[in-house]
Amino acid sequence: MEVGQMQRRLIEYTKSLFMEGILDDQFLQLQQLQDESNPDFVVEVVSLFFQDAERLLNDITSALDQQSVDFPKVDAHVHQLKGSSASVGAQRVKNGCIAFRNFCEEQNVDGSLRCLQQIKQEYYHVKNKLEALFRLEQQIVAAGGSVPMMELSF
Amino acid sequence: MFGKGASSSKNMEIIGSEKKFSVLIVDDDPIIRKIHSALLSKFTKEIHEVKNGKEAVDLCRSGTSFDIIFIDKEMPIMNGLEATKELRAMGVYSTIVGVTSCDLSSERNDFIAAGQNQCYEKPLTIEKIKSLLSELNKNN
Repeated sequence: MEVGQMQRRLIEYTKSLFMEGILDDQFLQLQQLQDESNPDFVVEVVSLFFQDAERLLNDITSALDQQSVDFPKVDAHVHQLKGSSASVGAQRVKNGCIAFRNFCEEQNVDGSLRCLQQIKQEYYHVKNKLEALFRLEQQIVAAGGSVPMMELSF
Repeated sequence: MFGKGASSSKNMEIIGSEKKFSVLIVDDDPIIRKIHSALLSKFTKEIHEVKNGKEAVDLCRSGTSFDIIFIDKEMPIMNGLEATKELRAMGVYSTIVGVTSCDLSSERNDFIAAGQNQCYEKPLTIEKIKSLLSELNKNN
């Protein structure tokens, strides 16, 4: 596949992630911050997010597994996850966290467990999508092309 | 940008090239620190980061001063409001900008009462920084 085709494919792929609500504007903000002095910025930030999210999802899972659930603690973890997902533009994960916090407030274990499942699914979904996106970018760069910038409005 | 007769600053390259200013980023979240640092580096090269309110207070107490301090509200050891009050009590006159992941409208009064000049919801964006800088520009 030649570079132009790969670039178009990347743009279409990225657009689809926005259309499906998987990513929001914040992701575009991150792309805007990437430049020659900071060429791997987006990948670095997203990698931090992946590490953070997986740790938090584990902590939340353990906390919900206790005999007596410490809801303030669960809420604190969810709050952190909401923050980091919002900062990379992982919209569905962020929204899942917002819903989760309501269940924490109600001290609702079943609701929380269902929400956690949902968030995990959304997280792995966005993780797969972003990894695919980065692979597309790498292929373009390897073929000697440059990664096209997304327009802010489309 | 801070000087007189700055032309339309829609072009990113113009911003920050006319006057240097220093910023301090105070946040316990390394992702936010990295993003805000990259964001602010479009406007200035003098950027410092610390992880909580106490580190910010200690740094200022040691004599380092900053033009703008971006301070997260929710942090361990010393949170944003406490740190702001301490900084003001110490006589720090920097512009202090609160940053919060909570709903801003309910927090705004707390921020202003603590001595902050402005507050934003996380994460900061290019537009928010531009609007902040143009506000500071007007007041200069």
